[in-house]
Amino acid sequence: MSFEPKNPVVKWVEDRLPITGMLHHALYEYPTPKNLSYWWTFGSLAGVMLVVQIVTGIVLAMHYTPHVDMAFTSVEHIMRDVNYGWLLRYMHANGASMFFIVVYLHIFRGMYYGSYKAPRELLWWLGLVIFLLMMATAFMGYVLPWGQMSFWGATVITNLFGAIPVVGDSIVTWLWGGFAVDNPTLNRFFSLHYLLPFVIVGIVILHIWALHTNGSNNPTGVELKDKQDSIPFHPYYTVKDLYGLAIFLIFFSAFLFYAPNYMGHPDNYIPANPLVTPAHIVPEWYFLPFYAILRAVPDKLGGVLLMFGAIAVLFALPWLDKSRIRSARFRPIYKQLFWVFVLDCILLTYIGGKPAEGAYIIWGRIATVYYFVHILILLPLVGLFEKPKPLPASISEDVLSKKPASEEAANA
Amino acid sequence: MRKLLTSLGIAALVSFSSLGTAHAAGDAVEMKSVAWKHGGIFGTYDRAAAQRGLQVYREVCAGCHGLGLVAFRTLSDLGFSEEEIKAIAAESEYVDGPDGEGEMFDRPGKPSDKFPAPFPNEQAARASNGGAYPPDLSLMSKARPNGDNYLYSLLTGYGDAPADFNLAEGMNYNAYFAGHQIAMPPPLSEDAVEYSDGTPATVDQMAKDVTVFLAWAAEPKLEQRKSVGLRVILFLLILAAVFYAVKRKVWSDLH
Repeated sequence: MSFEPKNPVVKWVEDRLPITGMLHHALYEYPTPKNLSYWWTFGSLAGVMLVVQIVTGIVLAMHYTPHVDMAFTSVEHIMRDVNYGWLLRYMHANGASMFFIVVYLHIFRGMYYGSYKAPRELLWWLGLVIFLLMMATAFMGYVLPWGQMSFWGATVITNLFGAIPVVGDSIVTWLWGGFAVDNPTLNRFFSLHYLLPFVIVGIVILHIWALHTNGSNNPTGVELKDKQDSIPFHPYYTVKDLYGLAIFLIFFSAFLFYAPNYMGHPDNYIPANPLVTPAHIVPEWYFLPFYAILRAVPDKLGGVLLMFGAIAVLFALPWLDKSRIRSARFRPIYKQLFWVFVLDCILLTYIGGKPAEGAYIIWGRIATVYYFVHILILLPLVGLFEKPKPLPASISEDVLSKKPASEEAANA
Repeated sequence: MRKLLTSLGIAALVSFSSLGTAHAAGDAVEMKSVAWKHGGIFGTYDRAAAQRGLQVYREVCAGCHGLGLVAFRTLSDLGFSEEEIKAIAAESEYVDGPDGEGEMFDRPGKPSDKFPAPFPNEQAARASNGGAYPPDLSLMSKARPNGDNYLYSLLTGYGDAPADFNLAEGMNYNAYFAGHQIAMPPPLSEDAVEYSDGTPATVDQMAKDVTVFLAWAAEPKLEQRKSVGLRVILFLLILAAVFYAVKRKVWSDLH
């Protein structure tokens, strides 16, 4: 089904810049496993959220003023005076949370179905790079309204770099553009907050390129064998993703319109004040697991290293996981461990939002240790000792074996 | 699909519960809970209460607390006419200028002005209030956890300190304030204002009214937000149903 343009204009363009053919190839000829579940929708949802954030962000930037004396009131100006400014700003603020929800589910899906395994290691790496860039972007974005949590969150997080031996203090001064979080910090954060999403777009293109090189993984983890196993992306997955998108947008809208401040922090409606420290400085919810890991270590440098290590180890996942079987469906022990790991991450999120005192410290440490034990010890060992269930010969065979008998009779 | 939804639900629940508790500071007392008319999916501001609340703000709170993000013109949201708004604005004096001669001059307020600040600066505010700084109230109902109930509880939460409580000089006991001592003396007393609509001005009534007014001040677009939201979600439900039907149709030729 190669691309033969009929329209003379399209043909003229195609002979000079084969862009239509490329799109045709990506949509019609790109073979997609026919058994992808709704867990595979989160990739395209993440793409949609990136676009939502960029579009709302560009318009917000037209009304926002990155100056310590005006940032807070300019956000309120957006909320009160700009036509549908409240919608733009709530969409952008809640959109960040939605983006992380979608990306976390996307990452967990990759872990459950072993999507990071050869030949998709670079695809996994590019995804993690996007995740890191998202965290940097979200962090700097949260500083822009210049509320109390903005200011103190920025102070706490930038101070982490002070833990680096010898050059730590110089690096922090360099990041701040001064000797405290102040106007230069706000200005550079605004500049970078505008820049990084476009870097993310670039990495997303590489991510999709790497995806299309080897094709999507699927719930069986078995590679495509013949034509029976695959369907064209369009219309099958375009329509399935559109349905998923509509459902997701309802979830998004519930927060956006009926609980727009639920995922924010009330203290950020208080203008930044360098002289008053909030009782509890809490980052946005999507940083809480890493915040919990940071605080699990009594030493500052140790905590910082462990926090970054928590993401660094994910890069090694393709080599730490010794099992040749991808999908947890055929890995009885790994399947259990995966869910324990998910619970562990939820526990870390919970602990991250609690003050570092009493039992929370103990539980934070247990959950932190388990996070690393799962990835560094259990994952390699399980791969060596686990006896996997028999794999289906092909995707088709797996799909057909699940059809109820009545339906098969009807098809016959 | 079921598993997917359950997991989504769990993830959501967990993140929210951790958030909710992250806000709680110190040994906070459980707040009084009011069924506000502006709560819920169809909630709208109680206009009469908000108008009375404006009166309480202007006659009681405005002596110390600013409302610097709210413009007089936006009072039309609460059902005030253009003439009424002009009259309310004109009661405040503003320094404007410079004029053609380079002189600053005083003029009465206009609807486009924001509510005036009670003090020229923070130092003056502190000097007049025994060192405490009365915060601006524009966003107060969003700047505290469970803000509406908090404001109402705080305003009605004054009382005698327990015998073993060590109350500092010049402070007042309030069960709902963090640390239970607050510099602000009880602002409301029976009949502190006289309502023109005949509503008895009890402390409870005034506290509720001013809370509604401040909720509006902090979130003036709440009604628009909820009505747009309802239409958006109804549209999305239909859209989802259509996509689902199309998806079933498109996929029906596969085996």
